Amino acid sequence: MGRDGVILGLGLESSCDETAAAVAADGRTILSSAVSSQIDLHREYCGVVPEIASRAHLEAVNYLIDAALKQAEAGFGDLDYVSVTNRPGLVGSLLITVQSAKAISYALGIPLIGVSHLEAHLYAPFLEGAEREFPFIGLLVSGGNTALYEVRGTGDMKVIGRTTDDAVGEAFDKAAKFLDLGYPGGPAIERLAERAEKREALFPKILPGPGDFRFSYSGIKTALINYVRKNPGTPLPDIAWSFQERALELLVRRTLAASRERGIKRIVVAGGVAANGRLREMFGQSRREDETVLLPSAGLCTDNAAMVAGLGYRYYVSGKSDGLGLDVMAKEFA
Amino acid sequence: MKRIFSSHTHEKTFEIAKNLGKTAGKGDIFALYGDLGSGKTVMAKGIASGMGIKEEVTSPTFNLLEVYDGRLTLYHFDLYRIESEKELDMLFFEEYWEGDGVSVIEWAERAGTRLPERIIRVGLEYVDETTRRISIEYPDD
Repeated sequence: MGRDGVILGLGLESSCDETAAAVAADGRTILSSAVSSQIDLHREYCGVVPEIASRAHLEAVNYLIDAALKQAEAGFGDLDYVSVTNRPGLVGSLLITVQSAKAISYALGIPLIGVSHLEAHLYAPFLEGAEREFPFIGLLVSGGNTALYEVRGTGDMKVIGRTTDDAVGEAFDKAAKFLDLGYPGGPAIERLAERAEKREALFPKILPGPGDFRFSYSGIKTALINYVRKNPGTPLPDIAWSFQERALELLVRRTLAASRERGIKRIVVAGGVAANGRLREMFGQSRREDETVLLPSAGLCTDNAAMVAGLGYRYYVSGKSDGLGLDVMAKEFA
Repeated sequence: MKRIFSSHTHEKTFEIAKNLGKTAGKGDIFALYGDLGSGKTVMAKGIASGMGIKEEVTSPTFNLLEVYDGRLTLYHFDLYRIESEKELDMLFFEEYWEGDGVSVIEWAERAGTRLPERIIRVGLEYVDETTRRISIEYPDD
């Protein structure tokens, strides 16, 4: 198996909106990455619609696997392993690619590796040339997750803090829905905020309690609703700007505090919200010279399967794999 | 008879919910109705606390369902992303509603007529910045 002495892996992903398949070489190079963006379908419904999501995954998965192999100029026989997201996520959606991965593993006699969607996100920068050195602080920010991790090795992650209520991407989506800006909310708010003229704080700083690493995004959602009801004439860009500043500064503050407290100078920021240009700018301004903040390119921030194929390689080379009894899990940890 | 409360703080809303949690029994379903920012997640957190759940209860918007172990199992649903009742046909949530745990359902209006008749209706209404009108109606009221 393999090709020209490299180890080839197929990665599959269907934990939420996207169905995706990708081929990676030696866990470092993306040979192909096919993502069936369902964004048009979802925009109509202002959110992720599970039934549609699950059915679309089923329709898309074989097509995407073929596309990923073709683009990588590989055949099934070239694959050394297959890795798949088996947690956390919508159980019905996860099942689609987990079953596909099992069939491929069984038919080809290659290892099956189930990975965490969250650990996979934090792998993204290592597919773009960054060296994977431990430990690092991982900030994962998306529609379903807002969490800080201390990462010490493959499969070795400790939660430092997470949201006590809403995820940051969820807050962007809900604020955008309230302001009638459409879905997805993150890019809509970011674009609008760029046109803000006043740029003054309309909402209080988010303070989920000093001395801990928790996040909270329910309060700012309510603050925005209250403000708009009381001040109906406020220009939308000013509201978007203020909301975005408050939402993002908490992420930067907590992440840098966690890394400095632990003396860990490497930080990885991943997940859909990591694509936000203002967040990147803030990290650039706030980091110290000896601190490294790794952010994947925008295309690798959102859900994709290249990160699953890449992370799968690390398990493969350490000899860890799962049997055909691999189950799907709604939660990150069993 | 519908019981109506007026809450002026998060803490008060949490206390009202906590009392609901303390007396919750097997198979109880709390259906929460109310807009964005009306305090549904605070209600869910209070009910969980009253049931002796220590784990942090967070928004289940993304996953649709989160499960917590306490005196009884708590199934915390969020139907925010459900656009039509028909989608519920694919999700088999009735299996939880008919079980021995306690269910809390945010955005219950999205389930239309699919909820069982024996639900406990909890309405949360935004009055002003800090005030919420909370109505609680048990099925045999």
